[in-house]
Parts: sequence; C-alpha cells; structure tokens
Amino acid sequence: MSRLADTFARLKAEDRAALVAFVTAGDPSPAHTPAILDAIVAGGADVIELGMPFTDPMADGPAIQEANIRALAAGTKTADVLAIAKGFRERHPNVPLVLMGYANPMLSRGADWFAQALEEAGIDGVICVDIPAEEDAALGPPLRAKGIDLVRLATPTTDTARLPAVLEGASGFLYYVSVAGITGLQQAATDTIEAAVARLKAGTDLPVAVGFGVRTPEQAAAIARVADGVVVGSAIVDALAKAGGNPEAGRALVAILAGAVREARVGVTA
Amino acid sequence: MTLANSLRAQPDADGHFGEFGGRYVAETLMPLILDLEREYRRAQSDPAFKAEFEGLLKHYVGRPSPLYYAEGLTEALRKDAPAGKGPKIYFKREDLNHTGAHKINNCIGQILLAIRMGKKRIIAETGAGQHGVATATVAARFGLPCTIFMGAVDVARQQPNVFRMKLLGAEVRPVTSGAQTLKDAMNEALRDWVANVDDTFYIIGTAAGPHPYPELVRDFQSVIGTEAREQILEAEGRLPDLLVAAVGGGSNAIGLFHPFLDDADVAMLGIEAAGHGLDTDKHAASLTGGRPGVLHGNRTYLLQDEDGQITEAHSISAGLDYPGIGPEHSWLHEIKRVTYEGVTDQEAMDAFQLCCRVEGIIPALESAHAIAGIVRKARDMNEDQVVILNLSGRGDKDIFTVADSMGVKL
Repeated sequence: MSRLADTFARLKAEDRAALVAFVTAGDPSPAHTPAILDAIVAGGADVIELGMPFTDPMADGPAIQEANIRALAAGTKTADVLAIAKGFRERHPNVPLVLMGYANPMLSRGADWFAQALEEAGIDGVICVDIPAEEDAALGPPLRAKGIDLVRLATPTTDTARLPAVLEGASGFLYYVSVAGITGLQQAATDTIEAAVARLKAGTDLPVAVGFGVRTPEQAAAIARVADGVVVGSAIVDALAKAGGNPEAGRALVAILAGAVREARVGVTA
Repeated sequence: MTLANSLRAQPDADGHFGEFGGRYVAETLMPLILDLEREYRRAQSDPAFKAEFEGLLKHYVGRPSPLYYAEGLTEALRKDAPAGKGPKIYFKREDLNHTGAHKINNCIGQILLAIRMGKKRIIAETGAGQHGVATATVAARFGLPCTIFMGAVDVARQQPNVFRMKLLGAEVRPVTSGAQTLKDAMNEALRDWVANVDDTFYIIGTAAGPHPYPELVRDFQSVIGTEAREQILEAEGRLPDLLVAAVGGGSNAIGLFHPFLDDADVAMLGIEAAGHGLDTDKHAASLTGGRPGVLHGNRTYLLQDEDGQITEAHSISAGLDYPGIGPEHSWLHEIKRVTYEGVTDQEAMDAFQLCCRVEGIIPALESAHAIAGIVRKARDMNEDQVVILNLSGRGDKDIFTVADSMGVKL
C-alpha cells in the first residue's frame, strides 16, 4: 500500500478525516520550508501538500499567487523543491507528501525524468492542476510505473457521465474542488458538499478530500463530518505570510484546524 | 475532399497538432470546452451559422478585404536589389476591416457561438487592446455585457484603446498580478472563467488556448487565406510563391497560411518578434528562441527557463509581446512546412517608416514585422515571383510608440 492509502485507511479506522495541509515550497525562501513543514506536522497535519511554484498559477487566488511570486523571487528552483521533499522524507518516514502544481514545471525535463526525481525524493503523489484526464498520457504513465499516486481533481462541473473518465488512472485520493473558482476565495455550502461527496463516493472507493476556500476550524469540521479529508491551503499560506514565514504561525493554525477535524465526528453517529 | 495526408486535416480528434495543442485546463473548465467543441461541430454543419457569419463579415466588417498590389514597396525593394531581383508584393488589406485589424473576423465567429450556447456574458484578454476593442465591438453589437482583462502596465500605455473599449460599453479590468501584461491578463481571464462557468463565454483572441480554440480561431481567420487565394488567381492567374505574416499568437498568419498548406509550391514565412535580438533576453520569438512546454491550455513552444518557469516576452509591438504561440505554428515549424524567422524592433521600425513613405499606408507594428521580413528576403527572390503579405492591421494605434521610439514628443 502507498503511504497515502495507508494513512487514509488508518484514519478511517479511527473514524476521523485527514487534515491535508498545503504550503508553497520556497515561500518565503527555500531555507524556510523544512522548518515550516516540520511545524505543520507537529501541529497535526496528516498529509502534506507541497506547492511547486510556477510563474503562471492560473487556478490560484491571490494568497497562493503571491506565495508563488515570493518563492520564485527567492530563487526557488525545481532542485530546491525536490531537496525539500527529500529532507522531509528523511525526517518523517510515514507522513504522505504530495506535490501540487502546474504542468509546465513538471514536464520541463520530461515526464520520465520527473517521475524518477519524485521517486528519489520520496514523494508519494502528484496533483497537477492543468493536466485533466484527457491529457493523462503527458504525465500519468511514468508516475504509475513508479508507483506514485496521481491524484485527480473533481469539481462541481464534473457530472456523473464524466466522472468515470476522471477516475480512470486516479489513485491516492480524489480531490474534490468544492467551488467552481480559484483557490482561497469562497466555500460552498456544507449540504452541497455533502451531496457532492456522496455522488463521488458512489463512483469510487478512493478517499475523497475536499478543498478550495476552507479557512476556519468550523468549515474544516463541517467537511470532516462528510468527507475523508479536508484540504486547507490559502489560510495557512496567509498565516505564514503575515508572520514572515515563522513556522510557529503555521503550527498554531494547523493545530486549531487539526483539533476541529479530530473532534468533528465525536458524538455524531455516522 | 480531405486527404488523409493533407496538412489541412489537423488537429486530431483530441485537439492535437502532432505533439502540440491539446486541452491542458483545470477540470472545472474541461466540461465547458467539451461543450464548446460539440456546439462548434453543430455550427460547422449548420448552413444558417455559415450564412450569418458570412453576412456579418460582408456587411459589418466590410469583407472581402482587397488584395492590393504594393507597387511602391515592390519598386523600392527592387531598387536596392541586384538586377532581376525583387518579387512582386501584394498586401492582403486586413487593415481595412472594421476596427482596423483581422481580430474582428474571429470575434464575429466566437460571439455567434456564444449566442448559440445561450451564454449571457463575454470575457476576453487583451495586450495592446486590439482584441479587446474587437471583442467589445461584437459584444456591443449583440447586446452582451463584456469584461476585458488587460495588464495594468498595458492599460497605462494603451489609453486610447482603453477608452475605445469603454465607449463600446465594456468594463476594462486592469490586472495587477505578474508582469501586468498580456500573459497575466490571460491568467486572470481564465480565473474569471473558472468562477463563472455557467453564464460566461471566453473569446480568446488568437489561435491558441485549449482545443477547440486553436482550430476554431483558425477557421474563422481562414477567410483571409481563402479570399487571398481567389484574389491572387484572378490577379496573377497563378498561386503565389511566398506568403508572409507576423506571428505573435499567430492568428493572422494561420488565417492566411491554412488555405494554402496543401499547395506544395507556395512557401510560407512567419515572422516572430526578435525584440532587441535573439541573442538577448528581450524578445518574443517562441519558436526560434523557445522550446515546447504547456501554458494556457495548450502544448506549444514557449519562452521559459530550464525549470519550465515562463519568461517575460519583449517586443516593441504589444500585439506580439507574448511568450507563447499557437500550437499549429509549433507543428508547422517542426514539420518544416513554414519557415519562421525573427525581426528586431529596429528592423520593424525601419519597415514601418518605409511602408508609410512608399505606400501611403501606416501599418500596425505587428504587420511592420512582416514587411521587414520581406525587405530581408526580396533581394533573393526573382522579379517574376509573387508574394502575398498579410497587412494584418493599421498603425493608428501605434503612432505614440513609434514617436517615442523615434525620439519625437507628441
């Protein structure tokens, strides 16, 4: 089993959702990121989503756009992102690490090179915003050959007819983007999310994690009651930015979110 | 009949031109572009759509645009060429279209698709403002609200076009992310689209973006080459030896080239903006100075570093100032059907002034790049050879840039 499958299975057995925490690699500088990752693990993150900076993050809202700009301005290279991941893997042998980003930096040296580099860095999965199922051939086959999970995104516009195409070749978990929009701005109503998760779960045995616009512990708890995972990105990136990259700011917010996620189903009958 | 080995049969069913093109978009947009493709296929086989498109091109845009024998330029170049050299040059006069450039052809086609799809709102990106003006124009004509995304830097340096768009009823939204130019405007338009998928149609301004945009923009712009082919046969009784067009995203060039792709004896030259020179980092020549990658929905040649980070383009011509190019050009470059060369800001400026003086035509700076291309080629071509150059737009919008470059204060 992969680290991702393992983690989601363990948390399912504990009857709680996973907290998936996102930070942009290299924000505010590559030297800051290892301590930030350690802090959010200490705060209670179950899965780490490490953003690979890109000059043109067209699916991201202002918070993550700015984090990308800061990371690139600090000279963050692909080699730095891989080194950050490799160091993380040595310090945290069991915490799943997923790389999230855009096609061009991932494909720049070729998909085979990328898959090999991810394997060497101990990265468990990839979320690529702009490689939909239709373009799977560009990246999917080399990742699968290395046993690296390809996490697919489903959205409010992914209807039941289209869902099987999205699920084909997906592994690790399914990432449900709860709003048609960009990261960090608004959140869908909980009952809408619950219905969407139920629809997705009818089509797959993969764990379903929900993200986009989740900022508060209340929102995280509401999602944790109906989904297998809660993804929080912009709120953590914002908190770190306000603190100038001080890891403690990340740990503090993640601890609050993790507490909410852990308590969400206590006393609630499934 | 389309032959299996025709060069005009691209893209394939998944929108690929060889290894280029495709649909590299966020999942949220995927169902939309599949819808768009289905609607485009229906429109293609609907005589009423064709009739409405052609009717508007004729009566609203003013087509067909003339194919004009540019005798002044032809003679000027012969004077500088060895005896017997210097081809006969024709201009395809897209500058005479309503709104002053070829951009309107595509906008007419796309707004008709938007209406067929029941969309209630139009968005578009623009660099210099030409596509923004053309989009605002058709949105006004068809009564749809329209938002134009334009880099804040471009808003500042293209005030006349910003005002034109506003006169036409469009909202111009300055984009402050990134370098605040065309690439960032396109990012922001995509962000808006993904958040307004139900009611919004994105009119992309060039033959790029996710499938089916490169195909449908090419098809709408192919009226240029289709007319030119008939017009040159009438004028010369034969096909031309060479076609020349400027290439930014590449819609005017693909519009001219595509109807001739299977005519093996017709050579084609695409001119990229070489800015301060291809040996500097200030140019916009994706094919001659970049390498393949994925941006804005398609796989194509891009200006980028070794990590795949997109680098800023530069050209004196805002319309060519983009770090990518339409995917069909990438394919035509790789199969060597079309030759692509770079022309510097200075060469384009010289050609701009030459055209003003010897033809009495102020060309767009984009088109001036194409003219510079033929200035360079003319001395190697024989007098009995025939060239069609796409004069893609008029240069009124550029006089401030040109004055500035000449050190003239207006």
